[in-house]
Amino acid sequence: MSLGESATPLGKVEGLGSANHGGGHWLSERVSSAALLLLGAWLIASLLFLPSLDQATFAEWLAAPSGAVPMALLVITAFKHGLDGMKVVVDDYVHDEGNRFALNTLLLFLAIGGASLALFALGRIAFGGTA
Amino acid sequence: MLVSILHRMTGAALTFAGLAILVWWLMAIAGGADAYADFSKAAQHPIGLIVLIGLTWAFFQHLLSGVRHLVMDSGAGFELDTNKRFAVLTLAGSLFLTLLVWMPNLGAIR
Repeated sequence: MSLGESATPLGKVEGLGSANHGGGHWLSERVSSAALLLLGAWLIASLLFLPSLDQATFAEWLAAPSGAVPMALLVITAFKHGLDGMKVVVDDYVHDEGNRFALNTLLLFLAIGGASLALFALGRIAFGGTA
Repeated sequence: MLVSILHRMTGAALTFAGLAILVWWLMAIAGGADAYADFSKAAQHPIGLIVLIGLTWAFFQHLLSGVRHLVMDSGAGFELDTNKRFAVLTLAGSLFLTLLVWMPNLGAIR
């Protein structure tokens, strides 16, 4: 059905299909990019100013709240941003709906798995495990 | 055009290689000095260094072209000469920042 210019904004988009929350995803990608700008700069500055780049120095740095908390935020934000970004690439290049869903689901599992491993490692460094 | 494609390529490299190495590095630190030796050996190997330097460049390139995209999201910077100058600046900037970080620190990884 087409009413041309006389259609209301709602009337123009009705029947075109679901928006799939694209707006929220778009915004999430940009908000996480702003956070990563700060956290990435923090990581590089920290590495440049650490007295030495060895295991003992890293462990001491990441055991303190000033190291552990920004690193945990960096891990969570980087995995979220990477997942958002790869979803755009998958949605652009994978046209079969089934394959697209499968790939996006695989990426989601990888991101949650990777982030969990990194957070576990940080917990172990900060709260002491076998190390 | 080139910078736009580079944004995706560096983003994918940072996501897969970058995050994998970040997880490996944190797990190695958590595992103690002995467990860290494997990571340390790989990081000091010429190939490992090339990967780390490459990821540093990818980070800066993605950061700068990302800022360019944020500016363009606001509707600014679409004039052809401005757009091109901004794109070239991201390339020069990423190269400069990578050299700045690595030149004095090539042998610093332990």
